[in-house]
Amino acid sequence: MQPSEKHREYWRKNLFITAVLLAIWFIATFVEGWYARELNSVTFLGFPLGFYMSAQGSLIIYVVIIGVYAMYMKKLDKQFGVDEGELE
Amino acid sequence: MSQAFSHSTFNTQLKRYYTLYAGGFLAFVIALAIAEQLGMTKQWIGYCFLFATIGLYAMIGIMSRTVDATEFYVAGRRVPAFFNGMATGADWMSAASFIGMAGTLYLSGFDGLAFVMGWTGGYCLVALFLAPYLRKFGQFTIPDFLGARYGGNIARSIGVFAAILCSFTYVVAQIYGVGIITSKFTGLAFGTGVFVGLGGILVCSFLGGMRAVTWTQVAQYIILIIAYLTPVVWLGLKHTGIPVPQLAYGPTLQKVTELEKKITADPKEQESRALAKQAAAEAGAVKDFPKATAERRALLEKHVADVKAANAPDYVVKAAERELANWPTDPEQAKVLFAARKNLAGNANPPKPHATPFPGKDEAAQDIARRNFLGIVFCMMFGTAALPHILMRYYTTPNVEQARKSVFWSLFFIFLLYFTAPCLAVLAKYDVYSNLVGSKFAELPAWAAAWRVVDPALLTITDLNLDGIVQLAEIVLGGDIIVLATPEIAGLPYVVSGLVAAGGLAAALSTADGLLLTIANALSHDVYYKMVDPSASTSRRVTVSKILLLIVALIAAYTASTKPGSILFLVGAAFSLAASSFFPALVLGIFWKRANKAGAIAGMVVGLGVCFYYMSTTYPYLRDLFGVTKPIAEYMWFGLNPISSGVFGLPLGMLTIIIVSLLTPAPDEKTQRLVEHVRYPNIVGDTYAH
Repeated sequence: MQPSEKHREYWRKNLFITAVLLAIWFIATFVEGWYARELNSVTFLGFPLGFYMSAQGSLIIYVVIIGVYAMYMKKLDKQFGVDEGELE
Repeated sequence: MSQAFSHSTFNTQLKRYYTLYAGGFLAFVIALAIAEQLGMTKQWIGYCFLFATIGLYAMIGIMSRTVDATEFYVAGRRVPAFFNGMATGADWMSAASFIGMAGTLYLSGFDGLAFVMGWTGGYCLVALFLAPYLRKFGQFTIPDFLGARYGGNIARSIGVFAAILCSFTYVVAQIYGVGIITSKFTGLAFGTGVFVGLGGILVCSFLGGMRAVTWTQVAQYIILIIAYLTPVVWLGLKHTGIPVPQLAYGPTLQKVTELEKKITADPKEQESRALAKQAAAEAGAVKDFPKATAERRALLEKHVADVKAANAPDYVVKAAERELANWPTDPEQAKVLFAARKNLAGNANPPKPHATPFPGKDEAAQDIARRNFLGIVFCMMFGTAALPHILMRYYTTPNVEQARKSVFWSLFFIFLLYFTAPCLAVLAKYDVYSNLVGSKFAELPAWAAAWRVVDPALLTITDLNLDGIVQLAEIVLGGDIIVLATPEIAGLPYVVSGLVAAGGLAAALSTADGLLLTIANALSHDVYYKMVDPSASTSRRVTVSKILLLIVALIAAYTASTKPGSILFLVGAAFSLAASSFFPALVLGIFWKRANKAGAIAGMVVGLGVCFYYMSTTYPYLRDLFGVTKPIAEYMWFGLNPISSGVFGLPLGMLTIIIVSLLTPAPDEKTQRLVEHVRYPNIVGDTYAH
């Protein structure tokens, strides 16, 4: 079967959201990690910010990334008619 | 699946059962707490926790026994997202996460956070690149995907080899952890502990495969998270005044930083640091133990006489007398103490600033520390997204949408523990720096006095400058004590210590179960069924899997009982190996249609090879094994430690797949259809059939 143009658009949208979330992941991980020492000069909730991000902040961002992806894709599946229907 | 099966009814039932179960477990803990007040001994509390929890897991195992292949390999593919999340959490969090993590963070401060970030952020990669597509593919093992996508048995075989390589070292570490925990809390011998734990592992995976392991892991997650959070919440109340210390330990961290500065400048501490250096050097140089033992005794006797003559305060005299009384006359016993004194070498320097990233003496050292931090983060993340025992769990959800959601729940449940560990490390450090440091040797906090006697490997305190007061430089801590002693530091009854042990046991058993199943399935499904005897009936495949499970478990238990020294390194190495071998082939297989068989085979071999080469030239144990003699520095690339060898293996593996694929013909039409097939959760007119 050749996927239709509509399917290709679904896949492009999937790749786009994947790339966006991956970029956020990269910043929360490697950019944050690289500049941890500089971030530490800022205080956040009583924590040095660099420490806070590595111990908690980035972790929260990871949870949110995965949650957003699951919700967005569920909507996208329905919109493009590739969803699996409701579980009974 | 039978027609009458309803996902929503099943989900409701599960929620009811596990709520009842959690309530029952809490009632059990409360009953034991009451029994403790009535005079139950510590050893019996230990036994109760050990046998009640293992018995419980066995019961779930027996109830879930099965000979059906779909049930045995993927739990019937009806595990709801929420519960698969809990099961993955237990599968993921090992003895090292539960017992070791907070200790690592205590000892290495900010740098330890590389593991916290790596072991959580990896789930983003699982969610974005793997879980939904593997679920759509919907077979039984990870090598299955390699076999179908790249065709033939070679890619599958490399997958099997890599899966076993990563999982076996990991499972040995878990069984080792089980042995340590059971022996510590019940007084059984280490070897006996290993085999008791093995029984607990086998009764689940052997009888019911993935089905039994899944429902046991959910039960184990509930125990381990209660066990981890209870003492931390208590300790947090003591130091921060609110029951969610994870949000409020910032000011405590600031206090720790101030105490570090104070300790660094304190003349008494400086004196102790110098003495620590000296004592370590002397202990290291001792050749004639009887002579050195007698000399030290004479020194301590002279000191007691000196302080008495000088009319020193009572606590100083007492401390000096105690040091003398603790010093053995038997040179064999003294040998152990001399060995412990060598560890004082770590105390020769001022305390490492806890909140400071990448400390180092100059800019070059700091730069290498930063590179290694990011290297570990990288390898742990991509390793997480490539370890077969984790990926396998996403085959068990009812559909793709549930698989995506289930990664969310997985990380949420893992997050609960991983954002608590750094908090625990800071709270424990504050307690040590403010309460233990500066206390009189004659009046140590109760937990320190107790653990000091129990196990010198976990805690030794020596009055180096003989002033009767504890200095930080006089304390040598083993990382595991942080989690093990937290209930006592927080002033909780022994029943909470038993609960912590049960939690550690649950963490180790659940991970071991998942790993053993991965190995046995790779051998029975991928090797036996797909390569040796494709006509084997399903019941025969399950039987073969069970027999293999038993054999692998026994080999792993035997290896663990020899107490291999490099076990912790090997576990870290498993992440780099998995990242280098699996990740490029799996992800390119889904996202790049052009990736082909030759490319995947070459890429996996190169990834594994580079990784292994780097480790064997830079890690001391492997260097000895292969007779590498030139200095380590000549082999180091960018100053990265061997644990981060995936930083080289993964990109080179990926590059190899791309280059070799482009140089060889594109994959056939059926393979291209497979790629389309996994990309859409449900597509009308999809003709791809396995």
